[in-house]
Amino acid sequence: MRRYLRLLAVQLRASTALALQYRLEFLGQGALALLWTSWSLVPLVVVFSDRKGVAGWSFEEALVVMGWFTLMKGILEGAVNPSLASVVEHIRKGTLDFVLLKPADAQFLVSTARFMPWRIVDVLAGLGIFSVAFHRMGRWPTAGAVAAALALLACATLVLYSLWILVISAAFYLVKIDNLSYLFSSIYDAARWPVDVFRGFLRLLFTFVIPLALLTSYPALALLGKLDLSVAAQALGGSLLFAVAARLVWTRAIRRYTSASS
Amino acid sequence: MTRTLRALPTLLRIGLAEAVAYRAELLVWLLATNMPLVMLALWSAVARDAPVGRFGQKEFVAYYLAALVVRLLTGAWVVWELTFEIRQGTLAYRLLRPLHPLVAYAAENIAAMPLRLAISLPVALAGLWLTSGDSLTHDPARLLLFPLAVLGAWLITFLAMALVGTLAFRADSAASLFEIWMGLYALLSGYLVPLELFPPWVSALARWLPFRSMLGFPVELVTGHLGRGEAVVELAIQWCWIAGLLVAVRFAWRAGLRRFAAFGG
Repeated sequence: MRRYLRLLAVQLRASTALALQYRLEFLGQGALALLWTSWSLVPLVVVFSDRKGVAGWSFEEALVVMGWFTLMKGILEGAVNPSLASVVEHIRKGTLDFVLLKPADAQFLVSTARFMPWRIVDVLAGLGIFSVAFHRMGRWPTAGAVAAALALLACATLVLYSLWILVISAAFYLVKIDNLSYLFSSIYDAARWPVDVFRGFLRLLFTFVIPLALLTSYPALALLGKLDLSVAAQALGGSLLFAVAARLVWTRAIRRYTSASS
Repeated sequence: MTRTLRALPTLLRIGLAEAVAYRAELLVWLLATNMPLVMLALWSAVARDAPVGRFGQKEFVAYYLAALVVRLLTGAWVVWELTFEIRQGTLAYRLLRPLHPLVAYAAENIAAMPLRLAISLPVALAGLWLTSGDSLTHDPARLLLFPLAVLGAWLITFLAMALVGTLAFRADSAASLFEIWMGLYALLSGYLVPLELFPPWVSALARWLPFRSMLGFPVELVTGHLGRGEAVVELAIQWCWIAGLLVAVRFAWRAGLRRFAAFGG
C-alpha cells in the first residue's frame, strides 16, 4: 500500500513538472474553460427562460447539476482521461509490454500514468457555478450536505473511472477505438441535465447501465440537502459494485492482449 | 477534369470498401451522435405542460429526429485526416497522384454515405413516421428542396473543415481551432436548441452565419417551419456561403501547399 502511495506521488510529480513547463497553456486553458462553461449555460438559460421548473427542478437546482457536470469534467479530463487515453496507444502499438513487465499492478500503473493539473480550472468553474446558484437561492448548503456531497463526489469519481476502465477494456477487443473516447464524452454530455428529465428507457439507461445520475444528479441533490439516506447508500453500494465489475473485466480483457512487437 | 471524373467510380468503390472494413468505428460514431435524442428528451420534459412557442412535444420529436438525420447525412471528418496527414507528411503520397487531394477526401467521404444511411435512416424515419408523421411538411416543392439543402449543408461542413485543415500547413493547433468552430456550431446551427427559441437578436445573428445553413435550415425546411419564400432565400444564403468557402479553400490550399515539406521516406 505504502509503495503504491509513493508510486502515485512520483507519477503526480512527473505530471506536475511537465505541466509547469507549459505555464502559458494554463492561461489559454483557463480562458477557454471560462468561455465554454458560460457557453454551455446558454441552453439551460433558454430552457428555463419561460418556465419556473422542468421535471421538478428549478433553475437554480439545475444550475447546481451543471456545476457538478463542469467539476466532474475537470476530474475526467484532468485525472482520468489522459492516462487512459495513452493505454489505447500502448495497445495499438504493442508497447503495453513495458508496463506489464514492471513489478506493480498494471491497472494502477496505466491509470496514474499522466495527469493534467491545469484542468483544475474546470473544477474552479464548477465551484463558481455552485456559488452563483446558492447565492440566487439566498442560502448556503449545510455542513452535513457538504459532507454528503463530498462522499458522493468520491463515488462519482469511482464510477467515472470504472466506466473508463470498461471503455479501455474494449480496446483489447476492438483495437481501433480512437472514437471510443469520443463516444464516451458524448454520452457524458447528457449528464449536464438532471436525470429526471429523462423518461422510460433513457431513464433506466442513465441510472443503472451508464449511471450518469450518480455522476451529477445525486451529488447535486446531496448538496441541496434533498437526497434520501437510502438513495445515498444505494449509490455508494452501486459505485463499489461498478468498480469491482470494472476490475474483473479489466483482468479478463488484459489476458487478450497479444503483444504486437516486431 | 475528365481525368477526375474517370477516377471517381473507383474512388467511391474504395471508400465504400473502407467504410465496410471499419464498420465498428462507424457504429461508434453513430452511437456518439446522440445529442439530438438527449435534447429531445429534455425539451419533451419542458413541453409536457405547455408548448414552447410554436413547439409542442410532437414538433420537438419531428425537429430533433430530422436534426439527427441531417447531422448523420452531413458528417465529414476531413479536418482530422488533413491535419494528421500534413503533420505526418503522408500527404506527399496524395500530392503525387494526378488528382486533387481534396477531391479524393470528398469522394471517400461521400462513399461512406450509403452505409451510414443504411444503418441510421430506417431508425430515424420509422420514429419520424410513427410518432409525428403529420408534423413534417407535405409540400412537394419543399420536399424537393430538401435534398438540395442537405447537399449544401454537407458542402459547407466539408469546405469549412478543409479550410481549417489547411491551417495545419502553418499552425500546430488547427484541430483545436476546429473545436471552437464546433462549439459555435452546436449552439448557432439549431443543433441543441431550435433557433426560434433563442431571443430574437440571437436568431437574427444566426441567420447570417454559416452554421444555420449547416443544420437548422434543412431541418426547418422538412418540418415545415419555413414558408416557401423563406426557404428560397435561405437556400440562396446557403449557396452564397458555399461559393465563398470554395474560393477561400482554393486560396488557402495554394498558399498552404507552398509551405508543405514532407520529411523522411
